[in-house]
Amino acid sequence: MSALADDCVPTLPRGVRLREDHARGGTILVAPERIFTCDEIATEILKRCDGAATLAAIVADLSATFTVGSDQIRPDVEELLINLRDKQMVTL
Amino acid sequence: MNEIVTPTPSAGPAAATPIATPPPLGLLAELTHRCPLRCLYCSNPLELDARSAELDTDTWKRVFSEAAALGVIHVHLSGGEPTARKDIVELTRHCAEVGLYTNLITSGIGVSDATLDALYKAGLDHVQLSLQGADEGTTEAVGGYRGGFERKAAFARKVVERGFPLTLNAVIHRFNIHQVPALIEAAVAWGAKRLEIAHTQYYGWALKNRGQLMPARADVDRTIVEVEAARERHRGVLTIDAVFPDYYARFPKLCNGGWGARVMSVTPAGLVLPCHAAQTIPHLRFASVRDTALADIWASDPAFEAYRGTAWMKEPCRSCERKHVDYGGCRCQALALTGDAANADPACVKSEFHTMLSDLAVIEAEATPDRAEASYRMFRKDS
Repeated sequence: MSALADDCVPTLPRGVRLREDHARGGTILVAPERIFTCDEIATEILKRCDGAATLAAIVADLSATFTVGSDQIRPDVEELLINLRDKQMVTL
Repeated sequence: MNEIVTPTPSAGPAAATPIATPPPLGLLAELTHRCPLRCLYCSNPLELDARSAELDTDTWKRVFSEAAALGVIHVHLSGGEPTARKDIVELTRHCAEVGLYTNLITSGIGVSDATLDALYKAGLDHVQLSLQGADEGTTEAVGGYRGGFERKAAFARKVVERGFPLTLNAVIHRFNIHQVPALIEAAVAWGAKRLEIAHTQYYGWALKNRGQLMPARADVDRTIVEVEAARERHRGVLTIDAVFPDYYARFPKLCNGGWGARVMSVTPAGLVLPCHAAQTIPHLRFASVRDTALADIWASDPAFEAYRGTAWMKEPCRSCERKHVDYGGCRCQALALTGDAANADPACVKSEFHTMLSDLAVIEAEATPDRAEASYRMFRKDS
């Protein structure tokens, strides 16, 4: 059973920004007093969190893009989003 | 995902060419020293910059553009009270345009609804509001300003209503250490997402007023328990970051992520400092943004080089296994309390001055302070 609902909409709230780090390279997630470096998977997930796409749509898109089964992807996506929700860096 | 930490230089053979310092992550912009409050622990220097000495709008914009190009992520628009600058909205907009993450560090006093709306439109990312206490009396006793608490509560609500993420910052000391639970409840009630429980660091004004401010060990220990319990209770709703007083510590704090390692500060008049208290070290001379590029200052300014890395260390730091953990602690505190900025921070058990420090804390915390002795900061208006 999934911990998150299909139709929840993961959103980066105001004050949380995903951006390129031109000086050091890579992608970072920036929040008050916090900077997280994102690996490729986290970057792909977070750039789809546009405040419109549902969790199900994000997983389907990742699945199509990387030709990996949804059921394989979904646990990773949920783990990241739940972790970030607890840090108040994503709303669901 | 990993939180960025400053890379530890490898202990290889002495390099022929110096290793370039990674770019700074943060810039503290002290836009002005003007402020309606006069807090006993104010982090501004004892010698405040006059309004007539402040950088103009165009110079600040250039500084922010240079900071973004250099690799700065967070810019902290601070003071004094940063909204005392008439160009605060324009400066915020510029920071957003060049890609900086903007954090407004404010007392919340005197910030109009129109200014708050304009800051939102300008792209301000985050608001950090100072709290002096959890009630009117404490707020006034600490900040020297009547009616501050109610105004701060109203300001906090306006910030949250507009959709800004809000952090409350409460500096903790003997006046308010019993109010930590009330401060936590205020943060939740007002809709703040983060709370900083920041025990006073004793430099500048706070050092001057240390006898008034030093809390008792038992009270500090109780706040640790209170903060832990509140973190559990409010998980996912309120993030609590806590800094505990190092007079009661065994090892020093990693001050500012290491000297010249992660952050830089610019004073209202344009001096560039490795930390905001660095002017308390009198033999250092600081470059100005008026005539030197920020990137050059970061790369090779003598004041940044002075205590960068580990080459400057004496014993007990030089041979210490923690030298890449805390870089010997705070240079300003080492100077203020031991007379030599290159000594180990006396908060460290390995410092010969450590016992003096912990004894001093106990003596001052047990004494009954004479409130008439408190030194409130005074700002001489020149325009």
